[in-house]
Amino acid sequence: MEFDPFLLARLQFAANISFHILFPTITIGLCWVLFYFRLRYTFSGDKAWEYAYFFWVKIFALSFALGVVSGITMSFQFGTNWPGFMERAGNIAGPLLGYEVLTAFFLEASFLGIMLFGKNRVSNRLHLVSCALVAVGTSFSAFWILSLNSWMQTPTGFRLEDGVFFVDSWWEAIFNPSFPYRLAHMLNASLLTAAFLIMGVSAWRARRQVDGPATWKVMRTGALMAAVLAPLQVWIGDLHGLNTLEHQPAKIAAMEGIWETEKGAPLTLFGFPDEEAKTNHMAITIPHGASLILTHDWNGEIQGLNEFGDDIPPVAPVFWSFRVMVGVGMLMVLVGWWAAWRLFRRRDENRDNQIWLLRALSVMTFSGWVAVLAGWYVTEIGRQPWIVSGLLRTSEVVADHSSATVMGTLFGYVLLYAFLLVSYIAALRYMATKPARSLTLTPQQRAMKAERIDDESAQGEA
Amino acid sequence: MDLGYWLPLFFAGAMGLALLIYVVLDGYDLGIGLLLPFADEDEKDVMVAAIGPFWDANETWIVLGVGILLIAFPQAHGLVLTSLYLPVTLMLMGLILRGVSFDFRVKAGDKHKAKWNMLFAVGSLIASVSQGWMLGAFVTGLTGDATNTLFAFLIALALPALYIMLGASWLLIKTEGALFKKAVHWGRLAVLPMGAFLLLISIATPLVSATIAEKWFTLPNAIGLMPIPIATGLAYAGLIWVFNSNRILHNGYGWLAFLSLIVMCVLASIGLAYSLFPDIVLGRLSIWEAASATESLLFTFWGTVITLPMILCYTFFIYRVFRGKATDLSYE
Repeated sequence: MEFDPFLLARLQFAANISFHILFPTITIGLCWVLFYFRLRYTFSGDKAWEYAYFFWVKIFALSFALGVVSGITMSFQFGTNWPGFMERAGNIAGPLLGYEVLTAFFLEASFLGIMLFGKNRVSNRLHLVSCALVAVGTSFSAFWILSLNSWMQTPTGFRLEDGVFFVDSWWEAIFNPSFPYRLAHMLNASLLTAAFLIMGVSAWRARRQVDGPATWKVMRTGALMAAVLAPLQVWIGDLHGLNTLEHQPAKIAAMEGIWETEKGAPLTLFGFPDEEAKTNHMAITIPHGASLILTHDWNGEIQGLNEFGDDIPPVAPVFWSFRVMVGVGMLMVLVGWWAAWRLFRRRDENRDNQIWLLRALSVMTFSGWVAVLAGWYVTEIGRQPWIVSGLLRTSEVVADHSSATVMGTLFGYVLLYAFLLVSYIAALRYMATKPARSLTLTPQQRAMKAERIDDESAQGEA
Repeated sequence: MDLGYWLPLFFAGAMGLALLIYVVLDGYDLGIGLLLPFADEDEKDVMVAAIGPFWDANETWIVLGVGILLIAFPQAHGLVLTSLYLPVTLMLMGLILRGVSFDFRVKAGDKHKAKWNMLFAVGSLIASVSQGWMLGAFVTGLTGDATNTLFAFLIALALPALYIMLGASWLLIKTEGALFKKAVHWGRLAVLPMGAFLLLISIATPLVSATIAEKWFTLPNAIGLMPIPIATGLAYAGLIWVFNSNRILHNGYGWLAFLSLIVMCVLASIGLAYSLFPDIVLGRLSIWEAASATESLLFTFWGTVITLPMILCYTFFIYRVFRGKATDLSYE
């Protein structure tokens, strides 16, 4: 059976970037959380916060390493699989990626050394500054890469000469119309992913009764973050959606499964999009819902997929991914509020009283990953068949490799990534159960009542 | 001043510098990965500690090198990387394996440690060999015929030898006691094969490429070039001398070996740059033909002249913070 090399190249890129994004998503958010732990320790002297830092910095280091190495792959793949993209759009994409390397990659990779291993080599203040620099670096990195991605979605500030892009205004190219929304949506998604990760692991530790002095504090930190940021994300997501409606209406039509342009379009909650028949089977709809959400008008007109001829994205993956993202997002709002309410009311740290919450949080540990991947599938598959919206087709820039070559390497990558993902989760589990030396700061204590651990007992156990 | 002429030249220089720094810096930590199987369990921890705070930033230099290729020479980026599809893919898998093994070996639990140590070494080997293969294919203009493939194969073996020497020399700086003695032993074993490879490559290069032969052996350039092989020979002699002089080694001057290797790498890069210039893909594409638009280069130029010195400063600072013998890696 002969596979289409173009499809294989897309699958390979999808596999790489899906694997890669898991780890920056954690580290961008987690790094700010770590900085917060360090700050709390510096100002309060409470050992629990230091403990929290040491416990989570290990997970951060591991996640960071996975992000770095899978990110190197990305920088090469532009050339190995999509040479046409750099040849045509290199004048704009190149500098944006260049600034990412120069302002972000070196900053984070260099100060990471101090953040991880420099505790006894530098002053507390410099260590704190290093944490902040790594956090700033990860966020800078997100800034540049999301600027480029947004430019591919909503290109501005350029001119085209013989099919090659030239920049007219860097300001307009960098701050293109979808960029502010995408950046806010992704940074917030990272913080939320980190919030549910720290709550999930802490809940798991509390359930297994291996909780240390910081477990419940960390859980409360996560709960507060989730309770505030999850609803915020719904709002940002809505704004982002309206922006997409303005600039990429075909993507919205695919997300909502709207085949024909109509006024007062219904909101499809569930259904099976059928590209052949151009309809949704077994659809459960809310009349006028889509128009109300997207145009904030009961009878607003929504463009259907019929308006765009053959230039429409694959409908079913976009439609489904969108529902997964929104579904998980809503669950995050509910669980976030529930956790905040249960954990802050009377600060009840009894495992048995909180068992249902702890179970829920454990299940939700990687919910951020699911939502982020689904969200990226919506926006990336939704951009097809274009690599630069409306201007450059993905099929025009693909490299000319045989399908056997691409198939072989794709197989290799998928195998490697599956192995690493299993190893990562196994290592996380192991660290959660037996967090190395840090745990010896205090004995395992169930339902710690004392807020502060006195230094004596800490030293006695060390 | 003609920016369209100078900017591609500037970026070609910056790319060369980034890749040179990459070879030296990631070279020593890849080399330590290659040497890892020959150390005992405790020594393995020290060896990893000797590169712990640095490897991440070391690896970023190849991202910068390839980044500049992509930013400044997009036409070449596509041509080079599609031609090198297979070795690049292998190298990436190698780098992924070793990068993650570094963390997994201490975090996945003791019963898995041996597996991750092994993968760390295997990943380092795959990455080093693939990089040599890439370099060999690149130098010969990406043509891929039998002679050139053989040449690429030769470099594929030579680069790991260089990395092993860099790794052993780095251990002279960062370790003491039994491991230090082992590093001396490893260096002594590897120094002659490395020299032989170097000589072979120097002989083979003008043979596989008429363009390069012409550049090397035409008067008066040939006379102007003489300092390069002579200085390389001297640095190599210095390297052998350091590794064989107990007096130098035991009085804390082991870093001279690392310095000799840096000198050799710098000279080799100058030679390589001279051989390729003004082409970015030998005989196929000049740096000006491959360059992106001048306004794009100018935008990146300002970023580069501001940030690159800062990067070099804080890299120096990090090495200062972690100077001296490697101690147990600890987050606390």
